[in-house]
Amino acid sequence: MLLDFEQPIAELEKKLAEMKRDFANNGQDPDIKEGIQLIEKSLHNLKKNTYENLTRWQRVQLSRHAERPYTLDYIEAMCDDFVELHGDRQVADDKAMIGGFGSLDGKPILFIGHQKGRNTKQRQFRNFGMANPEGYRKALRLMKMAEKFNRPIVCLIDTPGAFPGIEAEERGQAEAIAHNIRDMFMLKVPVICIIIGEGASGGALGIAIGDRVLMLENTWYSVISPESCSSILWRSWDYKEQAAEALKLTAKDMQGNKLIDGIIPEPLGGAHTNPAQTYQTVKQTILDTLKTLETLSPEDRIMQRIDKFTAMGVYEENI
Amino acid sequence: MAWFNRKEKGIITPTTEKKETPDGLWHKCPTCDHLMLTEDLHKNAYTCVSCGYHERIGSEEYFEMLFDDHVFTELDANITAADPLQFYDSKSYLDRIRDGKAKSGLKDALRSATGKINGVDVTIACMDFTFIGGSMGTVVGEKIARAIQHALNTRQPMLMISRSGGARMQEAGFSLMQMAKTSAKLALLAEAKIPYISLLTDPTTGGVSASYAMLGDFNIAEPNALIGFAGPRVIRETIGKDLPKGFQTSEYLLEHGFLDFIVNRKELKSTLTRLLKMIWGQ
Ligand SMILES: [Zn+2]
Repeated sequence: MLLDFEQPIAELEKKLAEMKRDFANNGQDPDIKEGIQLIEKSLHNLKKNTYENLTRWQRVQLSRHAERPYTLDYIEAMCDDFVELHGDRQVADDKAMIGGFGSLDGKPILFIGHQKGRNTKQRQFRNFGMANPEGYRKALRLMKMAEKFNRPIVCLIDTPGAFPGIEAEERGQAEAIAHNIRDMFMLKVPVICIIIGEGASGGALGIAIGDRVLMLENTWYSVISPESCSSILWRSWDYKEQAAEALKLTAKDMQGNKLIDGIIPEPLGGAHTNPAQTYQTVKQTILDTLKTLETLSPEDRIMQRIDKFTAMGVYEENI
Repeated sequence: MAWFNRKEKGIITPTTEKKETPDGLWHKCPTCDHLMLTEDLHKNAYTCVSCGYHERIGSEEYFEMLFDDHVFTELDANITAADPLQFYDSKSYLDRIRDGKAKSGLKDALRSATGKINGVDVTIACMDFTFIGGSMGTVVGEKIARAIQHALNTRQPMLMISRSGGARMQEAGFSLMQMAKTSAKLALLAEAKIPYISLLTDPTTGGVSASYAMLGDFNIAEPNALIGFAGPRVIRETIGKDLPKGFQTSEYLLEHGFLDFIVNRKELKSTLTRLLKMIWGQ
């Protein structure tokens, strides 16, 4: 499954592979070798050119790439052990929100994250990464447990939004998200939040209050998806590109507006083109960030967390 | 007409006539078509004398109804919206702000004030739906955060009156983070054991319901208000089914355990007084 801007790159890569085969089969002909070098060079330039000049909508497409790593992929790759925990102790276990204790180079951490599925069946099982109230309540239950046992928390955010359904409303979707947002401010342990894919609105924010909020390079985070924004403001689904531009929802935009703390770089071409490298970068970032956060007292962390979010926003004041 | 005094920085100034209430001598109820004198509607706390329908009033009317002798001090009245994203859809955000101001006579979708409710000092933040649908942008979030800080500093109970379609899209990420900002302050208010009463009115949805509106020590609502996270249209489109009767009304939320009680606006002030007496002071 290729995105339109991945197509020319894939074609060039295919051609390169063919030439390398020819080179091996034709007694390492120096002419072919020269051709390979030329193609390698133009491939590199094409990639660089493409990925340095992505539109905001193209970043949104990358954030939703069918092969992009999901929460459990990160956990599996980064952790030397992981014990998944289930249920909100009230009504159900939400499959769109996972949690458990994992060990990063021997360091125990509570992981929380939205979970998407990769095929039709899995996507349905995970409800497309759209959590219900019990998902948010499970997340908070586990986060309070991490606080009890003095373990840091890492939240991986990847959701097109909290689920809009009858049962979700019946069981208090709004209350569940609000409760999480408020209580995450008071957690005594370090909290790191990383947008690994989509960060849509309250559904994302419900597990995204942290001492450090980071975004992977090709992700988006905003109050609404470009499609929904298009349908509401332009009264049509056709303006998603314009909406993405207007919302300024990329990692760079969000950092520029002081709404996140940092950007985690992805391999050229996006996280899915080199997952192993992505996992390694994310793992190292978590370990380094925790080292910094652990030098602060719980009281200072909480105060700084509150101050940071309290300062967000731009307005005019005439005194 | 209800003229009243607003105490602002020690100066008593009569306010101009209300913008939100229906003009003219007669008023027709939008739900039962009953024709009543506008004066009678006002006397009835802006509820229909025949069917009890609660008109969508704003901060002007609530402050008038709740504060003793209509006297209050407005807080942070000079904060106005900026356009940090230079947002443009079919119209620029700056034009929307300008039109919103002209239409409503307000500076943004929320006003905050301090004064007395039957002798008890309180801080009130109240949303105004007539300003861009009561949408929550940075001004709304900032003024709520400061009102809560005022309640913290003065140890006054905090009353939040919500009436909003949710976040203000034109402020995108900034708008989203107001949910965090207001909730952070509410966490501090809770730590200080100062009461927070959240009154939800028609409508209260989206990012507003998923932050400060649902975080009351007491969540209370006016009758028959639309309250929810997702709007009914979005839910209908997602699940492809009709919604049950009475879905997302105050009564529905009470039934499912998310409200402490529903209060008729005519009894709002007396009910708040009774409640505060039980938990505050002595
Ligand atoms: Zn009526």
